[in-house]
Amino acid sequence: MLLRHTTAAVAEREALTINPAKTCQPIGAMYAALGIHACLPHSHGSQGCCSYHRSTLTRHYKEPVMAGTSSFTEGSSVFGGQANLLQAIANIFSIYDPDVIAVHTTCLSETIGDDLVQIIAKAREEGSIPPGKMVIHTNTPSYAGSHVTGFSSMVKSMVGYFSEPSDTRSQTINIIPGWVEPSDMREIKRLAGLMGADAIVFPDTSDVLDAPQTGKHVFYPKGGVTMPALRRTGESAVTLALGPAASEAAAKALDVKCGVPCETMTLPIGLQATDRFIDAVRQYSGRGVPAIIEEERGRLIDVMTDMGQYLQGKRVALWGDPDQLVALSEFLVDLDMKPVYVVTGTPGKVFERRMEKALQGRVPEAQIRQGATADMFLMHQWIKQEPVDLLIGNTYGKYIARDEDIPFVRHGFPILDRVGHSYFPTVGYAGAIRLLEKFLDVFLDRRDRDDPEERFELVM
Amino acid sequence: MPETDTDNLLNRVEPAPDPETAKESLLKSYPIKVARKRTKHMVVNNPAAAPVIQANARTIPGIITQRGCSYAGCKGVVLGPTRDIVNITHGPIGCGYYSWLTRRNQTRTESDQDHNYIPYCFSTDMQEQEIVFGGEKKLEAAIQEAYDLFHPKAIAVFATCPVGLIGDDIHQVSKRMREKLGINVFAFSCEGYRGVSQSAGHHIANNQLFKHVIGRGTTPVEGKFRINLLGEYNIGGDAFVLEDLFERCGITLVSTFSGNSTVDGFERAHMADLNCVMCHRSINYVADMIEKKYGIPWFKVNFIGANSSAKSLRRIAQYFENEELTARTEQVIAEETAKAAAVQGRIRPRCEGKTAMLFVGGSRAHHYQDLFKEIGMKTVAAGYEFAHRDDYEGRRVLPDIKVDADSRNIEELSVEPDAELYNPRKSADDIAAYKAREFHFNDYDGMMPEMEEGTLSIDDISHHETERLIEMYRPAVFCAGIKEKYAVQKMGVPCKQLHSYDYGGPYAGFQGAMNFYEDIDRMVNARAWAFIDPPWKKRTSPQLTAHYGDQ
Repeated sequence: MLLRHTTAAVAEREALTINPAKTCQPIGAMYAALGIHACLPHSHGSQGCCSYHRSTLTRHYKEPVMAGTSSFTEGSSVFGGQANLLQAIANIFSIYDPDVIAVHTTCLSETIGDDLVQIIAKAREEGSIPPGKMVIHTNTPSYAGSHVTGFSSMVKSMVGYFSEPSDTRSQTINIIPGWVEPSDMREIKRLAGLMGADAIVFPDTSDVLDAPQTGKHVFYPKGGVTMPALRRTGESAVTLALGPAASEAAAKALDVKCGVPCETMTLPIGLQATDRFIDAVRQYSGRGVPAIIEEERGRLIDVMTDMGQYLQGKRVALWGDPDQLVALSEFLVDLDMKPVYVVTGTPGKVFERRMEKALQGRVPEAQIRQGATADMFLMHQWIKQEPVDLLIGNTYGKYIARDEDIPFVRHGFPILDRVGHSYFPTVGYAGAIRLLEKFLDVFLDRRDRDDPEERFELVM
Repeated sequence: MPETDTDNLLNRVEPAPDPETAKESLLKSYPIKVARKRTKHMVVNNPAAAPVIQANARTIPGIITQRGCSYAGCKGVVLGPTRDIVNITHGPIGCGYYSWLTRRNQTRTESDQDHNYIPYCFSTDMQEQEIVFGGEKKLEAAIQEAYDLFHPKAIAVFATCPVGLIGDDIHQVSKRMREKLGINVFAFSCEGYRGVSQSAGHHIANNQLFKHVIGRGTTPVEGKFRINLLGEYNIGGDAFVLEDLFERCGITLVSTFSGNSTVDGFERAHMADLNCVMCHRSINYVADMIEKKYGIPWFKVNFIGANSSAKSLRRIAQYFENEELTARTEQVIAEETAKAAAVQGRIRPRCEGKTAMLFVGGSRAHHYQDLFKEIGMKTVAAGYEFAHRDDYEGRRVLPDIKVDADSRNIEELSVEPDAELYNPRKSADDIAAYKAREFHFNDYDGMMPEMEEGTLSIDDISHHETERLIEMYRPAVFCAGIKEKYAVQKMGVPCKQLHSYDYGGPYAGFQGAMNFYEDIDRMVNARAWAFIDPPWKKRTSPQLTAHYGDQ
C-alpha cells in the first residue's frame, strides 16, 4: 500500500495538515501573470519560491515557464528586500526586455513588510523602467488564502494598474475566465466569437502555455492579453466573472474603479453552467445564440441521454479548487451521479453554501469541507469508511486510486503525469462531452477489466 | 517525412566557436555590473593552467536562475528519501506542497508493515495569526497529532522563511516533544533565505543528522566489509542498483545518506568501516566529521558510468585488502563490464562525435561526463547549479576559499573523537602506505581538471546564458532540470533532466549506464525533431509550382 498509514477512523486535527488540497498564493499570481502578453512574472522572496512555482507550472504544462526572483539572502531578510527588487527590475528590463513585470510577494517579504508600491515608484524614479513599460504588483502572503486567492489577487491588480475609466461605454464584454487551462480560455474566446461578442478575456494563457514547437524558443509567445486591451476593459459594457473564488474580486474592482457592471457566474463546466454563460453572453451582446452552439449543446444532451445508464447513481469524491468543484458537482448531479465527498483547502465558508446550491438537494449524504484540514487525508479516510466509484481531482489522487482500486479522472491543478488538459477544454458543451468521455472511459475500461468472461460485452 | 538527414535540426552542427569569443558573447548584453560579476563564474578550461572559478556566490536578482533554496536542499534533497521519519514542514502550505513526491524518492520497504511516509505531506499550514502571535503552539500540537496518528520512530521539523523571522524556537519545541513522546524529534533551521542555494540546506540537514541521529544505534551490524554510501539519493532507483552490486560483491551496506534510507540505518552509520562519498558537494563535510568522531576513513567514489563503477568497486575491495572480496568483486566487474561493453558497442556508432552540455547539481555535471564519453560524446560546456570551488577545482583549493557572510551563518560543528566510539579503522602508517601506492583518501580532484582544453565551465548559469550557449554550439543534448527542459527543447535541442532522469533511470552502476546509453541514443536520434519545419517550408521544396489550365 502506498498510503499505508491512512486509517478509516477520523481523529479531528487542528494543527496538522496532511496531503493538502491547496497550495500557496504566489503560484496563482505567477500563473495569472503569464496570461498578460510579454509579461515576466517576478517572485519577491527567496529563490526557492520561484523555483518551486516554475517547476510545478512546468510539470503541469510541459512548457517553458519563465520568471524572475529577488533571491533574498539573510541580509535582505534583515534589512528588507528593496535593494534586491530594484536590482531585479533593472536587470530584467535590460536582459529580458518584457513589456510588463508582474511582481508578487511571498511569506518572507510580507513578514518583513516590504512596501511594493514605494519600491516600484523608486525604480521608476531611478529610470529602471523604460518608457511604455510597466511594473505591477500584488500581495500574496502564503499564510493566507490559497493558490486560488493568489490568482484572484493578481487579476485584481491588472484592473488596478491598467483599466482606465471612460465617459463612454463600448459594446465589449470583459470575461475573466478564472483559473482554467489555456485550452479553456481558447474555448471561451471561441464561444464568445461565435456569439458575435467583442470580448476581452483576461488573463489569457492560450498561445502562451500551449505554444507550438517551431525550433525557436519565443521568450514571449504571441498569446496573452495585451496592455492596450487591459486599459480598454474600463470602458466595456459588462464584466462576466467566471468563478467567484478566482474572478469576482477583479470584476468588483473594475466596477468600483470604472463603473463597469459585473455578473459573477459559475465556471462554465457542465451543462447548466454553460447554459447560463451562453445566455448571459446572449443578453449582453444583444445577439441570438447561433445554431452551431445549439447543435453543440444538442450533442452533449445526446451523449447524456444515450450513455446515462453507466453513470447514474455513481458515488464520486472530488478535491481541488472551489470554482471547479462547484461546477463539476452541479454537472455530476445533472448526470444523476452523486458527489458525496468534496474537499478544498481554499478557505471560505461561502464554498459550503455554493456547494449546497450545486447539489440541488439531491445528495443529502454529501460531506463537504473547506479550509486547512479539509485535505486529501481526510477525504481518503471517508473513502475508507464508505467507498466511492470515481475520483476526480489532481494528480495526487493517483495514490488513493491505486490503493483503493478506484477509477480516477484527472482534473484541476496540478496534473503532473498526463498531457491533454492544456489542449482540450473542459468548459463549454464540447468540454462537457470530453468530461463525459473521460468518465465513461474509466467506467467501461473497469468493466472490461473486471467483468467475468461470460459477462464480457462487445457492445456497450 | 524528412527528405534528408540534414533536415533534422539535431544534425545542424554549428562550427564550434572560439571559447573566449563565446564567453564574451554570453556577457555582451548584460549591464556592466552584472557582466563584471558573471565573468568570474565562467572559465575556459585548461587543465595545465588550473584556472580559478567563482562559485557558491549570491545569484544576481532578476537574472533567471536554476537555483532553489535552503529548504529545498534540506527537506527535499537530504531528508526526502528517508522513509520512516514523519517530516513536518513548519510554515505556510506551499513549501511542503512543492516538495511532496516531486523528487522521485523511490524507496523499498521490507514488508507492508514497515513505516513509509514518503507519499505523505505534513505541514502546519501556518496562518496569519501564527505569523503575528507565533507558531510554536501550533507546531507542538501538530507534532502531537502526528504522533497520535502514526506513532513514528522519529519526527523531523523543517523551518520555512517566516519561521526564522518571527523567532519560533523549533529546536526548543522539538526538545520538549522528544522528552514528552520518548521518540527522536529534531528540527532543521533551513529557512529559504539561508545561504545562496540548496547547498546551504544540505549542510544544515547533514549537521543535524550528525548531531541528533548518527551514532545512536546500538544493535551491531553483521558483515565483514561494512561501508556507508554518502551522497546518493536514489533518484530513479539508483540505490537499488548499487545495493544489488554491493550484495553480489559481499559488501555490507550499513547506511546510505540518504537514498532508500531509514532512520535506523543513519543511527548505525558509525559501525561501518569505510565511508564512500558519491556527491562530494552535498556531504563531504559529514565524511570528515564521521572520520574525526568515529575514526572511519573516506574516499570519493563515482558509480555513474561503467568505467567509474568498476574503478570504485575496485577501490573498495583494495581498501579491505581481502582476497575473497577482491575475487568476487573482479568477477562482478567482469560480468557487468561485458554486458555494458555490448550495449556501448551497439550505441557508440550512433552517438560518436556528438556533443553534450551539462548544467546541473553539485556533482552530476561532472559524473555524467563519464557516461557521455563511454558512447563517444564530448562535453563542450558544463557547470554546477550550487557547487563550491572545490567541486570545480579540487579539494586542493579548500584552504584558499574565503568564508563570506552567506556561508558564515551556516553552523560549522566542532567535532572531537568520541570518548567511547572512536576507533580508527586505519592507522596513520596504514594510510601512508596506501598513499605510497597512489591510493588517496579524503580527496577529490574536481570537475575542471578532467575537462578538455577549450571547453567551458560556467557556474550558476542564467537562462540568458543557456540560450546564447545553445545558439552558438547547438549541442546534440543539453542536460539540466525541469525549469530549463522545455525552453531548451523549443530551441530544437533535446534536454535530458538529470535531477529527475525524465522519470526514467536508474542510471547508476552498470545497469544504469546501459539505461543511460539507450536513453541518450533515443533522444539524440529521435525522428520527431525532423518534422518541425513543414514540408512547404523546406529549402528543397519549390516555392511556386504552376500548371497549365488544361492539365
